[in-house]
Amino acid sequence: MAIDRRKFLKIAGLSTLFGMSAKAAVDIFAPGEIEAALPPLTEGKRWAMVVDMTKINDEIMESCVKACHQEHNVPDFGDPKVEIKWLWEETYEHTFPGQKHDYIGEKYKHRNFLLMCNHCSNPPCCRVCPTKSTWQREDGIVMMDQHRCIGCRFCMAACPFGARSFNWGDPRKAPKELNDGFPVNLEYPTRSKGVVEKCTFCAERLAKGLLPACVEAANKIEEGSLVFGDLEDPDSEVREVLRNHYTIRRKPELGSNPNVYYIV
Amino acid sequence: MKKMYDGGKIVAGLVIGVGLLMFPFFYNAGRAAKAPDPVLTPKAKEAKECVAPTPYMKAYHMQLLDEWRHEVVRDGERYYTTGKRGDKRFDRKLMDMGRHFAAGVGEDDQIESGKVYYKSLQVTCLDCHSNKSKFCDQCHNYMGVAPYCWDCHIEPKEKE
Repeated sequence: MAIDRRKFLKIAGLSTLFGMSAKAAVDIFAPGEIEAALPPLTEGKRWAMVVDMTKINDEIMESCVKACHQEHNVPDFGDPKVEIKWLWEETYEHTFPGQKHDYIGEKYKHRNFLLMCNHCSNPPCCRVCPTKSTWQREDGIVMMDQHRCIGCRFCMAACPFGARSFNWGDPRKAPKELNDGFPVNLEYPTRSKGVVEKCTFCAERLAKGLLPACVEAANKIEEGSLVFGDLEDPDSEVREVLRNHYTIRRKPELGSNPNVYYIV
Repeated sequence: MKKMYDGGKIVAGLVIGVGLLMFPFFYNAGRAAKAPDPVLTPKAKEAKECVAPTPYMKAYHMQLLDEWRHEVVRDGERYYTTGKRGDKRFDRKLMDMGRHFAAGVGEDDQIESGKVYYKSLQVTCLDCHSNKSKFCDQCHNYMGVAPYCWDCHIEPKEKE
């Protein structure tokens, strides 16, 4: 049976309408269900870190930051406006903004906490990246591909933790007096002007079977101050620590599901 | 034939104009710059073979590097195993290569298969080819290409 033009257009139009309305109907009557039915981004391993603030002091934090920034050739521009940071220190009220009150104990009030990318299980940065230059790996690491980054900084706007930094200038042109021998690690690249960077949980070290640089540096000074491991493995050290201690996370109410835990 | 007004001036002007336009061609005629040969460091010479046959590397190193960076950064696969003849992946490359370099690929250009390399421009490639100016730059300059690899990846300090 031949179909004429009129019939063809009718069928095409009706099927388009049906296709569109089916998706719309699901969205209206059961919002988010299609998205929820998709397999989770994290399958298999899920890397996480526990920061034990009862063991960490200023000396440990400083050596961690230094180890990280040297390992990854992170420049110091000496100006907070163009600062680049993978690992940094922040006050209690900036670390846990919802938790601040007037009668907070002295030991929390006047001390800094160690912050880094939370490698969220539901990372908002990855949802907004237009080039997929930041995305979540199978093992949960929120990775950065500077080859693809176009420097739009949507991810920086999306990240509720301020974990991302933008290269306003060429890192190799950072002031020499602040960056002795930069780039220090000749096995790791620098970045170029116009890309975003952040902590990668030392993906390149994990690939070699090494712990992240900060964990190694911290545990040299105080064993167990930073614990890194796989949340999917019930026998891992992180799981053991999480079982036995009360831990909090930064801004859990946002639903990004951070994978960095704090013992305070 | 009709007479051309101001013919003499126009023809003279044309001759001068065309002459000026063609000047670079006449000036440079017979002086084509010779394609530079990449220089091997003693270490590279001693290794005798690269991660793929030389003709392939000459023509397609940029594609290999592109694949590497994709596999390393996005897939987390950081080690490269050199292919053997039966290796599908490698045969495809050999076939691609064959179009340009059929004459260049002999048994001698086969490399030992199953060798494992860490996929890294900065750590692996530049370890042997530590003479970037003689190995990479002079050809790139000749071809007029300016790869931005070096904006981020650190080149070794050359001794010489």
